[in-house]
This record gives sequence, C-alpha cells and structure tokens, in this order.
Amino acid sequence: MWAFINKLRSPKWFYAIGARLQPFFWLAAVVLILVGTVWGLAFAPADYQQGNSFRIIYVHVPAAFLAQSIFVSMAVCGLVFMVWKIKVVDMAAAMMAPLGAAMTFVSLFSGAVWGVPTWGTWWMWDARLTSMLILLFLYLGVIALRGAFSSRDSASRAASVLAMVGVINIPIIKYSVDWWYTLHQPATFTITGRAAMPMEMWAPLLIMVMGFYSFFIAVTLMRTRSEILRRESNKRWVRDLATEER
Amino acid sequence: MAFESLHEFFAMGGHAPYVWAAWGVTAGLLIAIVLHARAERRLLMRNLQRRVRREERLGTGQGEMAEISHQVGGNHHDS
Amino acid sequence: MPVTDARSPATGRRTPAEEAREPGGGLAVALWATLKRDLVLLMRRRSEVLNPLVFFALVITLFPIGISPDPQLLATIAPGLLWVAALLAALLSLDSLFRGDYDDGSLEQLLLTPQPLPMLALAKVAVHWLLTGLPLSLMAPVLGIMLSLPAGSYVTLAISLALGTASLSLIGAIGAALTVGLSRGGVLLSLLVLPLYIPVLIFGAGAVQAAILGDGAAAHLAILGALLALALMLAPWAMAASLRISING
Repeated sequence: MWAFINKLRSPKWFYAIGARLQPFFWLAAVVLILVGTVWGLAFAPADYQQGNSFRIIYVHVPAAFLAQSIFVSMAVCGLVFMVWKIKVVDMAAAMMAPLGAAMTFVSLFSGAVWGVPTWGTWWMWDARLTSMLILLFLYLGVIALRGAFSSRDSASRAASVLAMVGVINIPIIKYSVDWWYTLHQPATFTITGRAAMPMEMWAPLLIMVMGFYSFFIAVTLMRTRSEILRRESNKRWVRDLATEER
Repeated sequence: MAFESLHEFFAMGGHAPYVWAAWGVTAGLLIAIVLHARAERRLLMRNLQRRVRREERLGTGQGEMAEISHQVGGNHHDS
Repeated sequence: MPVTDARSPATGRRTPAEEAREPGGGLAVALWATLKRDLVLLMRRRSEVLNPLVFFALVITLFPIGISPDPQLLATIAPGLLWVAALLAALLSLDSLFRGDYDDGSLEQLLLTPQPLPMLALAKVAVHWLLTGLPLSLMAPVLGIMLSLPAGSYVTLAISLALGTASLSLIGAIGAALTVGLSRGGVLLSLLVLPLYIPVLIFGAGAVQAAILGDGAAAHLAILGALLALALMLAPWAMAASLRISING
C-alpha cells in the first residue's frame, strides 16, 4: 500500500498506468450503460402508480449516487494531498469537481422533470432534491475557490480544505434536510426507496449505476492524464512524448 | 418487452416528454463530457508539439536560446 | 538591578530586563491578549459592530413591505424570517474578521507565534460572536414583536440564535480564512459558507417553530448545541490550516 502511494508520487508512472487502464473502463462504461439503457427503457416493467415516467429512475439514481461519491472522492484526494503531498491526487480532484457538478445537475434536472407527472409541479422542496441543490452549491464553491487563487499550490490546498469541510457537512446536511422535510410534509411520497422493487426493476438500475461509475473513472483517468501533461510540460518525458506522437 | 410496438415505446404511455427530456439531457451531457475531455487532450498535445518544434528550431531548448541572445547582446555592446 | 542575574535561576524570579527579552506566560496569556486586542479594535470601530444589527432590522422591515402587513401571515413566517435575516447579518460581518489583520500584517505575526494557531483563531472568533452573534440574538425578540411572533417563543428565539450564531461564526470563519487573501473574497465567501449554514438554520428556525407549537424546542436546541460542539472541535483546525494557506499564497 505504501509502495503504491510512493509510486503515485511520479506523475509519469500514473500517466503510463492510466493509459493501460483507460480502455478497460471505457469499454465497461459503454457496455454497461448501453445494456442498462436498453433494459431499463424497453424491457423493465412500468411502475404501477407512476407509469413509464418511472424509467427516469435509471438516470436519476446513478447520477445522484455519482454526485455524492465524487464529492467524497474529492475530499479523500484532498486529504491524501494535504498529508502526503502527492500532486497526482490533487490533479484528479481538480478534474473530478466539474464532473461531479454535472452529475448533480443531471440528478436535479431528471428529478425535477420526474416531478411534473408525479407531483404536477416542476420543483418540489423534497428532501432529496433540496439536498442535491445544496450539494450543487458545494461543488460550485470548490470549483470557484480553486479558480480564485493565483498560486496553484495555494489553490490546491484551499480546495482540499474546503472539500474536507464540505464532506463532513454532507451527512449533517442530509440528515437535517430529511428531518426538515418530514416535519413539514407529513405525507411523504419518496420517488425512490420503495420497500420492494422487483428484480426486473432494480437489476437494470444496478447495471446503470456500475456503468456510470465506470464512466466516471474513465473520464477522470483521461482528464488527469491531460492535466499531468499540462502541469509537467517542462519535463523531459513529456517533451519526448510529444515528439513521439507526431 | 414492456411495449407492444415501437410507436408505443416512443410515446412512453403519455410520459414521452418527461422520459425523453431526462434521458436526452443526461445522454447529451455524458457525450459532451467525453468530447470535451478528448478535445482538451488533443489541444494540449498540439500545443506541446508546437512548443517542442519551436524550441528545436531555435536550438536545443532554453540553454541555446540564452546563449544566442547573450551573443547578440554582446555584439551590440561592442559597437 | 543587574542586567544578567546569576541569582534568578535559583530564585525563579525574573528581572524586568529578562521579561523584556523573552515574555513569559503561555497559552493563557496569548489568548487573553488576543481577546483583549480584538475587543478593543472592534469597539473602536463602532459602526462595524452596529452594521449587522441595523442590517438585521432593515431586512425585517423589508419583508412586511414586500409581502403583506397581515399579522397572521407574518406570524407564520416570522421564525424563518428572523433566522434568515440574522444569518445574513452574521454573514455580512464575517469578511472583516481576518481582513484587517491580513492587511496590516498582524495576521502573519499571529502565524509566527509559538502559540497554537487554532486557539488564537478561536479567540478571534469568540470576540466576533460576542460583538455580532450575541447582540443579534438579543435584538431578535424585539424584531419578533414587529413580526407578530406568537408568544411563548421569544426566549427560545434568543437562545436558538445565541447557540446558532456561535456555530455560524465558527463555520463562517473557515470561509473567511480561506478567502482573506483573495481580492474578490466577499462574494466567494457567501457561496462557500451558506450551504454549510443550512443545518444550523433548519434546527434554529425549527426550535422557534416548535416553541410556538408548544413542544419539542428542547430537542432542537440540543441539536444546535451538538452542532456547536462539533464546530468547536473541528473548526479551529480548519481555520488555522486555511489561514496558513491564505498567508502563504
């Protein structure tokens, strides 16, 4: 494990190993998302109460899971960066943030669209959507903070601190918003989290979730490798790479 | 199949605008993210290659450049 | 008195000259000095202390004008309004928490002292709360009257705000520390800090609403207390780390 952490200190090593891992994750992402899409859209049964709008779950839930997981990953990267000073994890964190914000937006948009046939309204201050909205602001804050510093090292450390502070708050925010919602809307109707979803319904969901996660890893690997090129452009191995690829 | 015909599939039992809007925006964003990542890398590579080529043309990098400008500066001084 | 006193190691008494060379006292002295200094500085800038209070009153005045003067309507939204307005007033005063010291270089000196920075930062936040949060929570019941806040909730309002603004000062100080070195730090500070304020808002306003309904306020106040305890434990370290980043950046 420590050997792995020491290897991480070399961006060159990460660049090489990322190149080997990328194709696998891209393939997994494409296959899983395709299978999940076809299964969820065409083969899974429609919901008894919500009809076919239920199928939105197959994008809403994976996006929501990713939105939260990516923030946690960002915070973990921040911690590793602050403790072990490994540049590559900070590069990865910087690349993860916009993707996380995009996933949060997808979750919000799909949730809102789902609300129209379900609740008759475009927006509903229910626990899940409200928490997602707050998460979006947290993401925007981290992205804005990183961009506000002129010194890259300060920017990295500030973003790491904010990500760690944010991640501690996320469970607190979720709990508070959950509680707040149940207090004000006693007749809760949760979009998801129904007690028993038959396998024909949650299997494609699982596949989509795995597909989204593979997508996240593939994109982050690709963008981190680009960031390595950007930050290490003065190094000999990067120059050699550029001449090779001609 | 949960639908009897392709037409029914697209209609989504009346919920078509919602389902397709949600899935459409999601797919659009995912594709946009991929395209952006690839364009980013292509641009980076192109800039890098341009820099390497420029430095090769002017000599073997920064050291050579400093020598040349020093020589020019020196000549200027003498006259 | 002799400049070098061979006698003092034995007796333990320090000469004035020795005192001048190397000040004695440890953390307690440093904390008290920081507290006093910040209090004095802030009291000299009276307007800065009064600004949040005036802002609070103005915002509360705006709402009946903008919505409706109907006392019943106002009574329903009063707890939330009072809490949001107080929260924004506290946020307003955060930017100047570290900025004055950053501009004149005393923040760097603070970082260089051998005393633990988290504790010193905590002292500064304590002063900020004493002169911002506490006055806000004492003023709120008066404004509650203007919003026809139902009886039986005034004390809960003050207590919830006192507890809540302490957490808000602590959390906000982290944001202030992160942005103190940035030129447009103010707006960014709001973006960073407001999402983190939401749990405090939920339970603070919830406490007042529970008091109006007749029960459950104690549970909300307990949770506010727990949030404050958590903030007290964690915020000083985050503040110190952020201050170091801002100074070095």
